[in-house]
Amino acid sequence: MIDDPNKAKIVVHTEHECFRLICSGDWNLNHLTEVIKQFKVIHKNPPSVQSIDIDITSVENIDSSGAILLLNNIHKLEENSDQVSLSGTSDEQHKMLEMFRQQLDYQEDRTQKKSSSLSQDLENLGKKTISYLKNSGDFFAFLGETYSAFFYYLLHPSSIRFRAIIKNIEEAGVRALPIVALTSFLIGVVIAYQSAVQLEKFGASIFIVDMIGISVTRELSPLITAIVVAGRSGSSYTAQLGVMKITEEIDAMRTMGFNPFRFLVLPRMIALMIAMPLMIFFADLIGIFGGMFVAKLQLNMSYSEFVSRLQSVLEIKHVWVGLIKGPFFAWLIAAVGCYRGFQVSYNTESIGRYTTISVVNAIFLVIACDAVFSVVLTELGI
Amino acid sequence: MKNTVVTMRNIVTRFGVNVVHKDVNLTIYEGDIYGLLGGSGSGKSTLLREMIMLLRPESGSIQVLDNDVLALNPRQVDDLRKKWGVLFQSGALYSSLTVAENIAITLKEYTELPVDLVNDIVMTKIKMVGLPEHAARLFPAELSGGMIKRASLARALAMDPQILFLDEPTSGLDPVGAEAFDKLIMSLRELLGFTVVMVTHDLDSIWTIVDRLCVLGDKKVVAEGSLKEVMECDHPTIEHFFKGSRGALRSRA
Repeated sequence: MIDDPNKAKIVVHTEHECFRLICSGDWNLNHLTEVIKQFKVIHKNPPSVQSIDIDITSVENIDSSGAILLLNNIHKLEENSDQVSLSGTSDEQHKMLEMFRQQLDYQEDRTQKKSSSLSQDLENLGKKTISYLKNSGDFFAFLGETYSAFFYYLLHPSSIRFRAIIKNIEEAGVRALPIVALTSFLIGVVIAYQSAVQLEKFGASIFIVDMIGISVTRELSPLITAIVVAGRSGSSYTAQLGVMKITEEIDAMRTMGFNPFRFLVLPRMIALMIAMPLMIFFADLIGIFGGMFVAKLQLNMSYSEFVSRLQSVLEIKHVWVGLIKGPFFAWLIAAVGCYRGFQVSYNTESIGRYTTISVVNAIFLVIACDAVFSVVLTELGI
Repeated sequence: MKNTVVTMRNIVTRFGVNVVHKDVNLTIYEGDIYGLLGGSGSGKSTLLREMIMLLRPESGSIQVLDNDVLALNPRQVDDLRKKWGVLFQSGALYSSLTVAENIAITLKEYTELPVDLVNDIVMTKIKMVGLPEHAARLFPAELSGGMIKRASLARALAMDPQILFLDEPTSGLDPVGAEAFDKLIMSLRELLGFTVVMVTHDLDSIWTIVDRLCVLGDKKVVAEGSLKEVMECDHPTIEHFFKGSRGALRSRA
């Protein structure tokens, strides 16, 4: 490393009863490293002399970091020595040092008390618990407001935001069709491929139709569609509402008498509840087609054979069960997405955080809801 | 003759077909508080953004601290950026960091100072701009408008800059707060000896703290110099600015 010609330096002189520190160089941000080390050495072996003199005559370009370093070290030296003096200050330097001395305020004890780790843990536990309780309380408040807005809709049908609903159906439903098609086609392919290998061993290849027909319509396409929608629309709801909250648009709406639940939340919720069953039906078609495609490739089963078998084994109730789940999943996704959007606080980081939470929550709730459906419907014998 | 800190020559700026600056020239001297004035949309903030390398003019030359801003290599750019502090109009504090962390961030990234010294520097800067000590631990979202301005001033001052760029420092402050902020800038300049370049249309600031100023109008600098020199110019923009009902009150006083 090249030796920096401007770096701050201290030369130590000991003259019988007096200890002199002669400082020189640039005492600013970029040149202090060496001096900090030197001061450390000095503090380790504090000089046992009556007086210490610090001479800064040849110091140039002292800035606030240099001044603070100097003052801190004078303060430390004063603890061990009776007399510490500073000499060679120019008027400007003196003024600057005086100002910083006032602000550093050495009177108070600047060491902080640290509480024990156990009580810290307990404190954190308490805070977490309370925030969870408050969180769930907030969610019920959100639901309450949504329902009151919904009843307002029912009482004043003319206030329903049809245009917003249609626009949201396009945004969350129509625009999502390509990705839904792709994922459900692949799911159909995967299921067919895996079962084709197993069924062929038993010579029961024809059962691939039952397998695909029932699993796709009843379970897979609702679930896959919901997961795609949660990732796509749930997150965008949170981000949109979150940004609107940060830019105070939601407050502006409130002051103008536009209830955000009526204008923002319900149109999204209703749009998704309408679009979701339609998307599931679409996913059913594409998923089954994916299975058909593999059956033809792998098992040489013709399309007409597949379809005629499908007609005889796929009871219509399976399709209905899948479609019925749609509005429930849609409600969960929209509710979680909007609720998390309203939770965003006034900083940019929280948008990212709540968007993540919203997607994770929505996917979890969708799967949990699906499990409940499975159990209940099986118990009912449907 | 004082040293020049910023010089802009023949600046042309264009957004699409909309010409913002046509041949703008200005000179800023060391140690001055320099005001950039002009009506809304006259391109004051754009000019400031060009000085701090956030925007490139279409043509012209800009010198900042003897660097040709339009022809620097990345290392020189980094070096130059450490020599100035910028106070944005809305503060632009990092919302995920506390006030203390906001101020400390450049010190931590660019210097090798030990943590306790950095903390001391941060605390002195916080007190220097007149913030209470507990503000250090607050997040920007918890601060009032005036506190945000002060906190971002402290952040701009963290590295002891040679130039301080202020974009409408007193906008959004009440008259008392604005006056206090002006005084703060004056006293800090006295102590730390930096040059201040400020975009403003606060007439009070112009009368009390600005040493030299330029007025933008018709896509050009219509007048530059001390307040007295500028007032003598009889361009309509200046008439408009200083002799409207608000300006007239001051001119008479």
